[in-house]
Order: sequence, then C-alpha cells, then structure tokens
Amino acid sequence: MKRFLGFVIKEFYHIFRDYRTLLILFLLPAIQLLLFGYVITNEIKDARIAILDQSKDEVTRRISEKVLSSGYFILDKNLNSSGEIEKVFREGNVKLVLVFAPDFSKNLDKTGNARVQIIGDASDPNTANILVNYIQGILSNYIVTLNAETIPMQIIPEVRMMYNGQMKGVYMFVPGLMAMLLMLISALMTSLSITKEKELGTMELLLVSPLKPFQIIIGKVFPYVFLAFTDACIIILIGNTVFGVPVVGSVALLLFESLLFICMALSLGILISTITSSQQIAMMLSLVALMLPTILLSGFIFPVENMPVVLQWLCYIMPPKYFITIIKSIMLKGNGFRYIAFETAVLAGFTAFFILLSIKKFKVRLA
Amino acid sequence: MRTLLFIIQKEFLQIFRNKGMLPIIFVVPIVQLLILVNATTFEMKNIKVSVVDLDLSTSSRKLISKYEGSPFYQVIQSTFSYEQAMDLMQKGKVDVIIRIPNGFEKGLVKENRSKVQFVINAINQAVAGLSSAYCSSILIDFNRELLQDWLSPAQMAGLKNIQTDYSYWYNPKLNYKTYMVPGILVLLVTIIGLLLSGMNIVREKEIGTIEQINVTPIRKIQFIAGKLAPFWIIALFELAFGLSIGKLLFDIPMVGNLWLIFLSGGIYLFVILSVGLLVSTVTHTQQQAMLVSFFFMVVFILMSGLFTSIESMPVWAQKIDRLNPLMYFIRIMRMVLLKGSTFTDISRDLYSLGIFAVIMSSLAVMRYRKVA
Repeated sequence: MKRFLGFVIKEFYHIFRDYRTLLILFLLPAIQLLLFGYVITNEIKDARIAILDQSKDEVTRRISEKVLSSGYFILDKNLNSSGEIEKVFREGNVKLVLVFAPDFSKNLDKTGNARVQIIGDASDPNTANILVNYIQGILSNYIVTLNAETIPMQIIPEVRMMYNGQMKGVYMFVPGLMAMLLMLISALMTSLSITKEKELGTMELLLVSPLKPFQIIIGKVFPYVFLAFTDACIIILIGNTVFGVPVVGSVALLLFESLLFICMALSLGILISTITSSQQIAMMLSLVALMLPTILLSGFIFPVENMPVVLQWLCYIMPPKYFITIIKSIMLKGNGFRYIAFETAVLAGFTAFFILLSIKKFKVRLA
Repeated sequence: MRTLLFIIQKEFLQIFRNKGMLPIIFVVPIVQLLILVNATTFEMKNIKVSVVDLDLSTSSRKLISKYEGSPFYQVIQSTFSYEQAMDLMQKGKVDVIIRIPNGFEKGLVKENRSKVQFVINAINQAVAGLSSAYCSSILIDFNRELLQDWLSPAQMAGLKNIQTDYSYWYNPKLNYKTYMVPGILVLLVTIIGLLLSGMNIVREKEIGTIEQINVTPIRKIQFIAGKLAPFWIIALFELAFGLSIGKLLFDIPMVGNLWLIFLSGGIYLFVILSVGLLVSTVTHTQQQAMLVSFFFMVVFILMSGLFTSIESMPVWAQKIDRLNPLMYFIRIMRMVLLKGSTFTDISRDLYSLGIFAVIMSSLAVMRYRKVA
C-alpha cells in the first residue's frame, strides 16, 4: 500500500509540475462555457436583407418597416432591378431579398390579392429556411391586421416552452460541454500519460518494479479522476452562477453519474493506451475517433432523431449520448434515478466492457 | 536548397514509415466526412408528438390528422391525460405535446376564436424554435381551410390577401449536406494539419533528436520550411481527395473556380501549419502541445460559423473573429463552391489570410531556437 501511495504521489508531481497543462485544463471549461454562453447562439437576429421594391407605395413601405423593426433583419441595401439580386448574393453579405411586385397596393385594394416574393440564399439552408419562415410570419400577421374586422374563426396557438422558458442556448451546451471535457481529460490524458511512459522507456522500469500491473494502471488513472471531477464541478458552478442554468434534480445524483462517466472514459483511455505504442497515435485516435463523435453524434448540438437510421445506431454505441441524456434529465428536468436507470446501466456496462478488454490486451512485457 | 530537400525527404520518410499514423491521416478523415456530414443536420423530421385531445369533435380530429399527415411529426401517443403526456416528455420520449382543450369546436363556432396549446421541450432552443414555427404554420393552414369550409364565397372575396411566393437560390431543395461538406472538409484538414505540425518539433524535443538537428549547419528558416512542406502537401492532397468524395458521394455543386479553392487552401494551410509549428516550438511535451492545439482549435471551430451563424454573434465577438483563419476559409469554400463567387468577391478574405500567413510563419521561425 505504501508503494502504491508513492506511485500515486509521483503521478501527481508529474501533473502539477506541468503548470501549462494544468492551466489549460482549468481554463478550458471556463472559457468554453463563456464562449457558449455569450457568443455562440443558434438564434438568428440582425440578418442582412435587401429589398427590391417595384411598387414603392404606402403599403410596401409599411410592410418593409414592419419587417425591419422586427429585430431579426437589418436593411443592407435597396435594389433597383432584379439583375442585382445575383450580385448581392455572390458578395455574401445579404441573406435574403424581399421583392414587391409592381402596383402592390393597387392590386391589394382592387382584387384583394397582391404579390410578394421572398428569395433566400439557401447556400446556408438552415438560416434561409428560418428567415423565410420569419418573414412569412410577419406577413401573415400583417394580413390579419388588414382583415381585423372581417375575419371570423381564429385559432390562436398558445406555445409553452418547457425546461428552458427563456430559450437560452447555454441550457443545451452545459451538458454537452461536460461530456466533451470529461471525455477529453479522462480518455485522452490518461492514454497519453501511459503511452508516454512507453515512449520514453520508463514503462519498463515500472513493470519490473514490485508494483502489480493493475496498481500501475490505477495509480496512473487516479489523479485524472480527481482533475476531471474538479472540472465537472467548475462547469456546473459557472453554468449556475453566471448563466443561471439550474440544477433542478439531486446534486448528489448528478455528481455520482459524472463519476460513473469519468470511470467509463478512463477505462476507454486505458484501452487505447494498451493497443498503441506512441503518443501521437494515441492522441490522434482519441481525438479523431472520440472527440468529434462526442461533439456530433451525441445529441450535443444536432438532435439524434434527425439523422439517418444507420447513424442513429452508431449514436447508440456512443457513451456520451447516454451521459448527456442523463445530465439533461437530472439538471433541467429534475428527474430522479427511476428515469435514468437504463442509461446508467448502459454506462456501467461500457465501463466493465472496456476494463475487461484492456485486461485481456495488457502485456506485461513490451515488445 | 539541398539542405531543405534533405529535411523534407527525412520528414516524408518518417511519416510513411509510421504504419500507425498512415491510416489515421488518410482513412479516418474520409470516414469522418461520411459520418459527420450525415450527422450534422438541422433538417427536421420525426418530431415526436403526444396528442391530448379533450374535445373529440370533428374539427379537433381534422386538426390532429393534419399533424399526423405532416412529414415533420410522428404521433407517438394519443391520450386524454395531460399528466401521461407530461410523463413521456420527462422521460424524453416526446418533444411536443399538442393539447386541444375541451370546447375547442364550440368556441370556434360561437365565439369565433379558440385556443390550441403546444408544450415544447426547449432544452435545445434552436430545435424548439423550428418546432414551434412548424406547429404554428400547420395551424395557420388549417385555419385557412376551415374558413373556406364555413364561409360563403362572397365573404371570402371580401378578405384581403397578400400572396407570398418564396424561392431558395443555390439550393432549392434545402439540402443541408451541400452546406456542411465544404465546412467539414475545412475542419478535417485543419485538425490533421494542426495536430501533425503541432506535435512534430516537440516530439523531436521529447525524444532528443532535436539536438542532432541543432548541431547541423541548417538554418532556422530552412528547418521550419522543411518541416512545413511535407504536411502542406499532404493536407492539400487531402483537401483534393475530400472534394472529390464530396462531389462523387454527396454531389455537392462546384459552381466556382476550383483553382481559386486551391489557391485559398494553400494559403490557409500555410497559416494553420505555421500555427502548429509555433505551438510546437513553445511547448515542451507532446501532451502540452496537444492540449494547446486542442484549446485553440475548439475556440476557432466554434467561432468559425461552421455550425452556427456568425451574424448572430455579438458585435465584439464578430470583431475578435476577424483573427480566426478558419472563419475566412470556410466562408471562401462555401462562397466559391456553392455560389460561384469570383476572385473579387473573396479578395478581402484572401488578403487577410495572406497577412496571417506572413505573420504566423515569421513568428514560428523567430521562436525556434537552435539551442535546447
């Protein structure tokens, strides 16, 4: 036991001596959270549009005003001919062009039917779709006010946004960020620290020491559990104090699940390090094969339901997906253990699987 | 010049000898491109819905069948109990609850108005916004049909209407993949380039071989150039390879001039590799180098406009973003490939990249010291 403690202390020295790495490990969550909270939003506002008004009468002016005062749009320029549309799109600033047909208000009064054309720059399809939807919404509101006295039978939608009443982007980012950083620290850092000993040749020394192999591994892993856990707490704390992301459910349960996820990621890191021999490969493997899927195949930013079926299967073997579901469930929905029992079991299963596999692969002798 | 060739040759030898690295450099990005492009979609379909119909009238049933018929929705549950529906939402099985209150039809006929309630899971605020927009637009359609059913033609004619046509240019079917392929390609080339170069010099430091190079008469600039050239070639090759895959598998349009893409790509990669080498000269261990690169990469990627639009960032962040090389290259790729923008359209972005290239590469040369 004393030997083992000595080994753990050695590992802590390794980590604390490298103050740059340490600094980054603690700055990373803080800065990323601030970025996500203040800078990155999916919400669209101040989109630049151009207006081609072939009618220039009072109604078109009023509609333009309504569109521009909605807060979503800024007028980039007024166009004079339809030939200019292509040019402004190619320059890349204008996202949408609004075209009023000639004799707009005259047609509206006479035939009760006037025409407006909305052209979106769909090289960015998502933005184009949302912007066109916004403008249509504004126009249909305007039509309702035009017919205010005459229109019968209105159905009014009453929308209630659950769990995130103010529609803040951070609510979604906090769980994702936790998964990403815990994965980074646990899987990546451990796999690097073990392969480093191999690369430098010090692994030989450790293996001939009286320490048992599993003691070496646990000793290596232990400091990172500590680091990762601290980071998880930092994220929850900043999310809560700065951005007001609540922890509706039980904090203890949340921390327990984080610990489980950390163990899972660590065992994955160990597995990676047992099958690779150089830091470069270990790192590329963790980064390319783990990080991007953690960000993109976990429901962090892009909902799993929208993906093709084959990819959805792939998502089901991504541990972060379960972890993110768990955190959302506890933090935002306030669910108890009963609701997340399945996900917890899956994470535990992954952990056991990775550990078994690495024990099988672990070699006491280096080639 | 000969010295330069030797070091380039050495680097190539080292890269191709490393059997573990080769598949990571060449195969993994391609697999990732295939997977990621399919994964990163905001196209909405299969929104899971629970319907709570407390009215059970002809109108309410007609309204529900509209939602059932829409490709966006998948009705998972019909129930009379709001609590049951809420429980499913807590479990994450449904994302939208449509609740039609008792007296829905009666209200329409007698008081000329009634309400429908939508309860939406808003944890992902972007998806919630779209869901809500789709829900309302179906309701508006339904309302219009209702009017046609109940009103006389004379009454209908009295209503004023503005007819809106909309068209989506460059991508009429709103295919999200054509938008993502160029961006993700930039991402992959960047990751590979930055990590390879970022871990390169520091690796020599760690194993000690840098000493041997330091005692040779090679000049600083030759050393950096020799380190940079092989990765530059590999990364450019990967860009070309990725573009061909994008064309063959995803059928992305290539409206603009491809040479323009490679010109910008060449300058951009020069910037990224210089940044990587700079990181490599200032750090001491590969672990450090990796973390530093990762740190900058995440910030660059998130602010690059790849997943979220730059216009919606606050103004101060947009100003900072002018220092982000990824942002320029993603913009250039998308503009040239999808819209056929010409040199004059992208010249400003290109000049900015050029300035970065000069600054970063001279920094890398300056920071490299030929002493251990």
